[in-house]
Amino acid sequence: MTKFMLLQNYSATPACSVPMTDWPPADIKAHIEFQHALNSELAENGELVDAQGLAGPELAKFVISDGASAPVVTDGPFPEVKELLAGYRMIDVESEARAIEIAARASAAPGPGGLPIQQPIEVRQVMGAPAGDL
Amino acid sequence: MTSASAGCGPQPDLEDLLRELTPQVLGVTVRRFGDFAAAEDAVQEALVAAAKRWPDEGVPANPRGWLIAVAGRRMTDQLRSEAARRRREEAAALAEPPPAQVSDRDDTLTLLFMCCHPVLTGASAIALTLRAAGGLTTAEIANAFLVPEATMAQRISRAKQRLAASEATFTLPAGPERTQRLRLVLHVLYLIFNEGYVSSVGSDLHRTELSGEAIRLARMAHQALPGDGEVAGLLALMLLTDARRPARADANGELIPLAGQDRTLWDQGLIAEGLALFHEAVAGGAVGEYQLQAAIAAAHDLAASVEETDWPRILGLYGLLEQMTGNPMVALNRAVAAAMAVGPAAGLELLDAVEERLAGHYRLDAVRGHLLEMAGDTEGAIARYQSAASRTTSAPERNYLTVQAARLRAADPR
Repeated sequence: MTKFMLLQNYSATPACSVPMTDWPPADIKAHIEFQHALNSELAENGELVDAQGLAGPELAKFVISDGASAPVVTDGPFPEVKELLAGYRMIDVESEARAIEIAARASAAPGPGGLPIQQPIEVRQVMGAPAGDL
Repeated sequence: MTSASAGCGPQPDLEDLLRELTPQVLGVTVRRFGDFAAAEDAVQEALVAAAKRWPDEGVPANPRGWLIAVAGRRMTDQLRSEAARRRREEAAALAEPPPAQVSDRDDTLTLLFMCCHPVLTGASAIALTLRAAGGLTTAEIANAFLVPEATMAQRISRAKQRLAASEATFTLPAGPERTQRLRLVLHVLYLIFNEGYVSSVGSDLHRTELSGEAIRLARMAHQALPGDGEVAGLLALMLLTDARRPARADANGELIPLAGQDRTLWDQGLIAEGLALFHEAVAGGAVGEYQLQAAIAAAHDLAASVEETDWPRILGLYGLLEQMTGNPMVALNRAVAAAMAVGPAAGLELLDAVEERLAGHYRLDAVRGHLLEMAGDTEGAIARYQSAASRTTSAPERNYLTVQAARLRAADPR
């Protein structure tokens, strides 16, 4: 089994540039239900390690330190909010092909009018133990 | 972490028995050997041995004696090493002779005071209380707080080192110190309860066992101090709050606010028990913050609907609580009560008074959004709900607030 991180950020998607608060309430609920259902399905398959959403960019901070003087802590608002991480799923799956399959499902989450939002999902393999000495 | 999902844990009945016996066994072991940190480890090992052996071999006739004997044997094994013996001899030479007979009641209480010692941080006190007084394993506690087991083991071990370094003794504090220290114990139990209660929405449902543990520990404290109004008040508050848990979230774990809850799901048994305790607590005269919070919880539990709730009473109780605690979060709740009892303008006025102290806090925006909606200011309410949604750190709360904003926008398109 191999672990992958499926990451998503705040970028507008080809199919949906409307912020969620402007969607019809029923479509927001359908989107949330889709995410719950996908997580439950992955958990039941024994493929889910963790799924978390991150608190909004308004609360984000960047920290830089030279190890000696006081660290430089930068508050938002940030010009490149779109690049910030919005949430992630960590999955433990048989193959990269399966990770891509799950990423595709997540990307097609329903948006306004129930249409797939086509959110880009970044698929990154998590590093593991070195290969055995066979 | 529920008993059902623990998998490797013992059956619920056995687990209950072990957890109930933990403080008694630890009390006896600490008094016999004097070293709290080592005794706590020895008792944990005895509990693990019991959980492994009793399901096959059957529960011994005297389970308490069995655990005390096994924990004592671990202690003796450990003390056999030369260095440890020297430490023991020195400690024994310095130590007061142990009192002849100490009741289990006093041991439980002493243990709670020890675990909630003022030298410990809140997080350490919580972890140590759950393990040493609650009898949970490190793995169970780690699971409840969503951290790796090694991390939690280290937190507990550091807490014990800190207690040893501060020369905390396994004795009951007396006089005014006792009152101060009891406040800390109650605060830690309150934090454990809340940790479990707030996660009764969202995806961390397995953490709700923490509420049950807090209730069990509060029951122990109440048995040890039956005449203390605040201990009874805290236990009543927990029961009266926990009673509403089944109605607090939908099937997906999404938040259902008080106004939208199906009140037939509220646990009437817990409400009855909580009310009886509450009346017992306030019969004593002096009123503390937990009794006031229990009174507020009782007012909600007794109401058939939001409209039929005794809001003037709740408003008065929040006023007293705010005077007593000075907590701005209490002021927010008071503003909601004022809006319900008097009208949204009265609530908004109270919010202005705490604006400065809570500037930027999402709950201020969430409450203001709610009151502006009541006042008919749809645009203002949408802006506040959106602002609150962008600043909350809880996913179910963010979902709820986002839907609130969208609902108003859909009803009143720009």
